[in-house]
Amino acid sequence: MEFLLSSAIGVLTAAGVYLVLRLRTFAVVLGTTMLSYAINVFLFSTGRLVVDAPPVLRYGAETYTDPLPQALVLTAIVISFGMTAVVVLMALGAFLEGGDDRVDMPRADRLPDHRAGDDGA
Amino acid sequence: MSPALIALLPFIGALLPGLLIRSGRDVAAISCGTATFIALLGLCLHIPAIMAGEVITARFEWLPSLGMNANFRIDGLGLLFGILILGIGLLIITYARYYLSRNDPVGLFYTYLMLFQGAMIGIVLSDNILLLLVFWELTSLSSFLLIGYWRHLPEGRQGARIALTVTALGGLAMIAGMLILGNIAGSYDISDILQAREAIQASPLYVPALVLILLGAFTKSAQFPFHFWLPHAMAAPTPVSAYLHSATMVKAGLFLLARLWPVLSGTPEWFYLVATTGLLTMVSAAWIAIFRDDLKSLLAFSTVSHLGLITMLLGFGTQGAAVAAMFHIVNHATFKAALFMTAGIIDHEAGTRSISRLGGLRRLMPITFTIGTLAALSMAGVPPLNGFLTKEMMLQETTEAVWFGNGTVLYVFGTLGALFSVCYSLRFVTQVFLGPERDDYPAHPHDPGFGLLVGPALLVVLVVLIGMFPNTSAAWLVAASSSAVTGVAQDPHFALWHGVNLALKLSLTAILGGLLLLALNPGMLAMRDAVWRPDGKRAFDAITRGATGVARGFTERFTNGSMSRALGALSMTIVATGLWAFSTGRYQGASRPMLEVGVVPLTGWILLMVATACMVAFHRLRILALVLVSIIGLIVSGTFIYLSAPDLALTQISVEVVTVVLLLLALNFLPKYTILDSADRKRGLDAFVATVTGLGFGALSYCIMRSDFAFPPISGYMLENSYKLGGGSNVVNVILVDFRGYDTFGEITVLGIAALTIFALTETLLAGASGRRLRNWVHDSLRAGDRHPMLLVVVTRLILPISLVVGLFIFLRGHNSPGGGFVAGLVVSIALVSQYMASGFSWAQERQSINYHAFIGAGVIAAGITGIGAWFAGLPFLTSTYGYVKLPGIEEFELASAMGFDLGVFLCVVGAVMLGLNSLTRIARQTGATVNLEPMDVDPSKEAEHR
Repeated sequence: MEFLLSSAIGVLTAAGVYLVLRLRTFAVVLGTTMLSYAINVFLFSTGRLVVDAPPVLRYGAETYTDPLPQALVLTAIVISFGMTAVVVLMALGAFLEGGDDRVDMPRADRLPDHRAGDDGA
Repeated sequence: MSPALIALLPFIGALLPGLLIRSGRDVAAISCGTATFIALLGLCLHIPAIMAGEVITARFEWLPSLGMNANFRIDGLGLLFGILILGIGLLIITYARYYLSRNDPVGLFYTYLMLFQGAMIGIVLSDNILLLLVFWELTSLSSFLLIGYWRHLPEGRQGARIALTVTALGGLAMIAGMLILGNIAGSYDISDILQAREAIQASPLYVPALVLILLGAFTKSAQFPFHFWLPHAMAAPTPVSAYLHSATMVKAGLFLLARLWPVLSGTPEWFYLVATTGLLTMVSAAWIAIFRDDLKSLLAFSTVSHLGLITMLLGFGTQGAAVAAMFHIVNHATFKAALFMTAGIIDHEAGTRSISRLGGLRRLMPITFTIGTLAALSMAGVPPLNGFLTKEMMLQETTEAVWFGNGTVLYVFGTLGALFSVCYSLRFVTQVFLGPERDDYPAHPHDPGFGLLVGPALLVVLVVLIGMFPNTSAAWLVAASSSAVTGVAQDPHFALWHGVNLALKLSLTAILGGLLLLALNPGMLAMRDAVWRPDGKRAFDAITRGATGVARGFTERFTNGSMSRALGALSMTIVATGLWAFSTGRYQGASRPMLEVGVVPLTGWILLMVATACMVAFHRLRILALVLVSIIGLIVSGTFIYLSAPDLALTQISVEVVTVVLLLLALNFLPKYTILDSADRKRGLDAFVATVTGLGFGALSYCIMRSDFAFPPISGYMLENSYKLGGGSNVVNVILVDFRGYDTFGEITVLGIAALTIFALTETLLAGASGRRLRNWVHDSLRAGDRHPMLLVVVTRLILPISLVVGLFIFLRGHNSPGGGFVAGLVVSIALVSQYMASGFSWAQERQSINYHAFIGAGVIAAGITGIGAWFAGLPFLTSTYGYVKLPGIEEFELASAMGFDLGVFLCVVGAVMLGLNSLTRIARQTGATVNLEPMDVDPSKEAEHR
């Protein structure tokens, strides 16, 4: 089981990283989503894997799973939604303003605009 | 009044103009003046105690572990500077009220001025050098704002930048020096440092500390070769120049020299560094001042020269010189502030400050002429004005000091400085006021109103009073401050007439020589213009350009604007760091047994692998990729269920729904296909990076899962106390709303901010060029024939009440069973979103009146109030309590205060999700999407009626 989960984490990470390295915004957004999955599952797994022992107190139950990583991951899931939403809107804004959805900056955009500077620095 | 309060008052005053400026500039000025006046009064109430030799202190612990405490003290030195800063500040506030024009943002000016005043008062009243450094940096920043106040003038911006660069760099050096000093003394409190003279001077680090501290003081006080920023700072409005460059900012460096005089002075290093720099500055700046055409520039260089004079006196290290230095600080502040204000009046009334365009103002502006002349004569050192007294004392000290075994060089140069000083002072008088009246002034000069004159007039009265009756008017203050500087009780006695001694002869030489030089001035002006001379500004510009070039070259080498490259490098660095950490760590191999693999997880794993592979392979078909992503998300939720995390599964699955809806909405306006624009080689490289990162991350998680905890996890405590302390049996929820409530509070706030950011971004987009583009949008795909299908509308309507009840149920059970505010919020959002999807956003929006902004705010407030509620029970923030309630008709149930917190989470989540989606649909509205009048496209009941 541990092997299955860790290989899944690895594959999700690899897919996420590959997509994040693409040159178009939408692929990058998908990539961050994949990376969120991988990292949430990874954080969750630091509590070690337990089957059939949810962190809800019951009479007679002896073993429980570790609740702390779960609480952390729960908020992480919601926050990553917030992050995805902001990034998507930024991507949309960049596309609408700039006319294309590339993520890298062409050289012309990087150099300071000399027309704007009036006092030489 | 407590010294801390005196230091705080100007900062309080800084808040007032912003609040009051709508009531007019008079009110703003009066509010600042009142704050300053109260602080001055509070300071003056301490005079009797300080005269009796007491030191008034106030101590607050701030960061005691770092030795940084908010300790304040008032001794004679602090008193002298405090009176100068607040007293002249009061005059400047009055002057500025009448000086600034209607078009200037006056409220802003007063805020900056009060900030600066507070920072200066903070410096002179600090009893902790780290606190002093904080205020020191604050003066650099606030003076930057003041100098650049007229931000429409390029000279103003440039002057402000030069001043900030030079003084802030000096400040950096000083931080290092102060840290060394505090380290040697074993304390950062000035009271302790002042006791540690022997230890400090014996330390091998004495010289580095001295040099670093002097760098800070010299840059601030515009000593050679850092003097060039001061003339450029003259682009500031004149009230700023009068304040910063006569009484305060430039005196901060001198204050520091005086403050640390007892521990640092008396060594040859101190003498040669400080006295030589001072002498050099005094003579060279006075020489430059002779030739300046701009009145304020002339005054700026004369200020540099006089600062050099005081620096030199402090550098001598003798008690007599220290007394003279303190006295000259007072005298210089009085006559120089008056002169700056006079220059401002001339500029204001005659329309120019260029000497070559002035002259003959004597009859046109008689009062200004009187004030300006008296102040200038004092600067020249003419008896019986106060400038004469200290010039004599300075010359007397130079005759007694010996420089590299030579007893004459100091007084020769001292006399030369005084001679130049006479020349430029008289030039100010003769070429501005005397001579024939002209008819080509840019404006019609006449004496200004009372408001502009009162400040300089009062100061000139002081100039005369101190000159005539030094022992009754100023001796007490000089005595108090020089006693504090030297550490020995001083009782100076000043006199205009000391008999015919060397100092008097030198003084006479200076005056006669100055007059002669003045007569020669026009010819010399031409001569000097022909000779090359170094220009500090040009050097500064060259250095700045060089530094910018180096920085840009460095940046360009490392980043070329490609995010892909940067992130690839980041991934590889993380992997390499991880490998290095692993190889040097103490991993002892797998120690936990593996769980058995059943059929279900294996199926899930295979599905996940296939879905991920397809997703990567087909990611350029964006809608297909989105479908695949949601499949992956579902499998992840399944994983959470299987591995005993029902809360996570619920959250993941509901987040999945809203994320996909969100991405679909965005995809409406993005290309549906990703163009293939990276070469095979790049894709191969990326695949390699991705594989390596994935392998590393997978291996890491495998190692973690297979090994035991290195130390017992803290969750044992949470499991044990969840019910006892939090009153809930769902430990995850109790952690969220109770044990780690602070985290959750922060997280819902972040979520709310993210949603508001989305809203703000949308507003900006719709207002700008994108808005126009959207209004002319041509949809690239055909509209669905049946956009609001009957089946969907009917089903979502039926589901809505059920979903809301489910949401409520999940919310209520959350404390004891899987569920809670996060999940409930998401479920309710989905129920609402499905209404929007079925009948269109606008249609649905018109039928509800919920403001999602208010939801976010209400959520954060509800959570906050619940947290604060604990205070009333005398418990820390967010401590929860619970009890059982029995209502007739239903079972006994539990009510926990944490529920209020969870309600806040719930509201915040609903508000944030809905606001985010709302923003995206507003973009869709912009493209002219039609609003349907009916909830669904085909309504059988309506058609039946028609028939």
